[in-house]
Amino acid sequence: MSAPAKEKAVTGIEQLEAEAIHVLREVAGEFDRPALLFSGGKDSTVLVHLAVRAFAPIAPPFTLVHVDTGHNFPEVLQFRDDIVERFGLRLHVAEVQDWIDRGAVKEREDGMRNPLQTVPLLDTITEQKYDAVIGGGRRDEERSRAKERIFSVRDSFGRWDPRRQRVELWNLYNGMHSPGEHVRVFPISNWTELDVWRYVRKHDIELPPLYFAHSREVYLRDGMWLTSGQWGGPAEDEETVEKTVRYRTVGDGSCTGAVESDAATVDDIIAEIKASRLTERGASRADDRMSEAAMEDRKREGYF
Amino acid sequence: MTSDLLRLVTAGSVDDGKSTLVGRLLYDTKSVLSDQIDAVLRSSEERGLDNPDLSLLVDGLRAEREQGITIDVAYRYFATSKRTFVLADTPGHVHYLRNTVTGASTADHAVLLTDARKGVLEQTRRHLAVMAMLGVPGITLAVNKLDLVDFSQETYESVRAEFVAHAESLGFRAEQITTVPMSALAGDNVVTRSDRTPWYDGPTLLEHLETVRPDERGCDVGLRVPVQYVLRDGSTDYRAYAGQIAAGEVRPGDEVVVLPAGTRSTVTVVGTPDGPVDEAGVGQPVALTLSDDLPISRGDLIAAADRVPELAAEVTATVCWLAEEPLRPGARVLLKHGTRTTKCRVPSLSTRFDEQHLVLEREPECLELNDIGQVRLEVADALPFDSYTDCVATGAFLLIDPDGGDTLAAGQVGDTLSAVTGDA
Repeated sequence: MSAPAKEKAVTGIEQLEAEAIHVLREVAGEFDRPALLFSGGKDSTVLVHLAVRAFAPIAPPFTLVHVDTGHNFPEVLQFRDDIVERFGLRLHVAEVQDWIDRGAVKEREDGMRNPLQTVPLLDTITEQKYDAVIGGGRRDEERSRAKERIFSVRDSFGRWDPRRQRVELWNLYNGMHSPGEHVRVFPISNWTELDVWRYVRKHDIELPPLYFAHSREVYLRDGMWLTSGQWGGPAEDEETVEKTVRYRTVGDGSCTGAVESDAATVDDIIAEIKASRLTERGASRADDRMSEAAMEDRKREGYF
Repeated sequence: MTSDLLRLVTAGSVDDGKSTLVGRLLYDTKSVLSDQIDAVLRSSEERGLDNPDLSLLVDGLRAEREQGITIDVAYRYFATSKRTFVLADTPGHVHYLRNTVTGASTADHAVLLTDARKGVLEQTRRHLAVMAMLGVPGITLAVNKLDLVDFSQETYESVRAEFVAHAESLGFRAEQITTVPMSALAGDNVVTRSDRTPWYDGPTLLEHLETVRPDERGCDVGLRVPVQYVLRDGSTDYRAYAGQIAAGEVRPGDEVVVLPAGTRSTVTVVGTPDGPVDEAGVGQPVALTLSDDLPISRGDLIAAADRVPELAAEVTATVCWLAEEPLRPGARVLLKHGTRTTKCRVPSLSTRFDEQHLVLEREPECLELNDIGQVRLEVADALPFDSYTDCVATGAFLLIDPDGGDTLAAGQVGDTLSAVTGDA
């Protein structure tokens, strides 16, 4: 029996929104310095909209945080800054490049920077004394995320220990933690990729243009269509072709692949996802292909 | 009103084929995508298995795959043309019962599994007791592996009879209980009807889950809104109390009482994320503006003026103890009820419930991991409790370790097992 009962909030998407707003308000009430991770991607953009709606007409009491790998798509960074300005929010950016320059993080041989975000994220949490960090992770994304609580305690090293997870009962979230520890919070845990897009349609939420079909020069690597950018380009034996594509997930340019698609509107995308036989991460993320437990291992170290 | 979203919990014992059943439900509703199947095939092959191991779809942690058991709740999502499902797939191993309680606390319906050859097991009775205590509105027993007893009607009927009798002694009514004969491995009666059980004319598991009413228990206590956060704008004098309606409904002009202070006021505006409304009901997030300027903060409860809950500093409660360290009389803990956390003492333990034999042990020395029992509680601040059986949202609480911060117990105001204990 979920506390959000069913007399008024009758559609699935309304129940999911009510649950997310309840969680966001609990964070505001229970923590001193909560932050919300915002990359300009669809999930964290929906989170920002939920936060704005949860506290309207007052601005949400969260600082936005972005760990910028330096390999992000320029149009997504522009979108990120536009959203911050439109809603009058504060944004703290941690540049992975600064950590690389200082020697605190080492560039990988394969050039992927998604796995490098963990240290800058944990350092930022410590420096800024954030006690709660809200993320757009969803349980349907990946099987170790399927095991995640909505309030999830991280030890003073930022680590997730799946064997020591707290019981999470009804809608009574326990935010207690010791000094140095922090709590990761996932308000849209129970949403699927389709729910995110249905919500985008319902509230007419603007997203970065690369989620929609467009023409782009791409090259094939490990079965994924990658695009050139400051993260590099095709190797000598990789041929560049022009294709109509869109992105199902938006992350670091070095490991996020485009999918061939004609879906130019939100309705098209909803129809496309319903018919898709691939998960969004399987279709577009190289960093999850590294091993059977790639995400679990990153999560244990303190990743999103 | 039937919702299009059903929250399910599945529970079983080790090796009763639960992961296979969940894999089958996902597979037959086309909820498993080809890259997930490929990953399972690849892993199965690497392990030298002859057949793909569908449990790899749900056992997401390294330790789970290594040990071949489910440790923690895995949440899965699937949909049919009739309804969307959130499925909390919980471990069968007794040591991880706390994770089963986690999944069950928010469930509209529980699917319990048993191996037809083994019938109703110790773990089945334990899970039934947890579901009864939590008040899960409906339960289905999947009598699995029926192919291994030649689809014997006699075997099915005998398991069914034992299960129904035990569930009824725990307080479930006949209309809340369903049993389905099945073989998850081959798919009999999971999604499609089996021609190997001609003697069975009930629904398949999925047919039943598509039509079951999610929540038949009304919550008739009047308006209850635990204040989560005060929305304040110094420049415009705006002040509203943000919360989710836990019970009842609210309209502008309604008389309310703010607890624990006991101050009365009138609702002037019912704000929602979509702006002010004429009426809001259970589950909706609201921001209430009152006619008087009162010192209201997080932890307070806004309640209907004509249905005021009593403030209690001492209360009888049912708890399910979920920590390794046992609960002993005299324990000092924290109690979280609604949006308020307060200090709490447990002066005495009244009973321990033996869920195997359905008897009560009086004045037990302690409650150990997974024990259900009745306790007396004293709280530092008197709280506006409702009985859990009247209203889940305002009758439930957590007990929390004041040192480490871990959640120690699922608590419920009143006696939630009065059907068996006899004393209210």
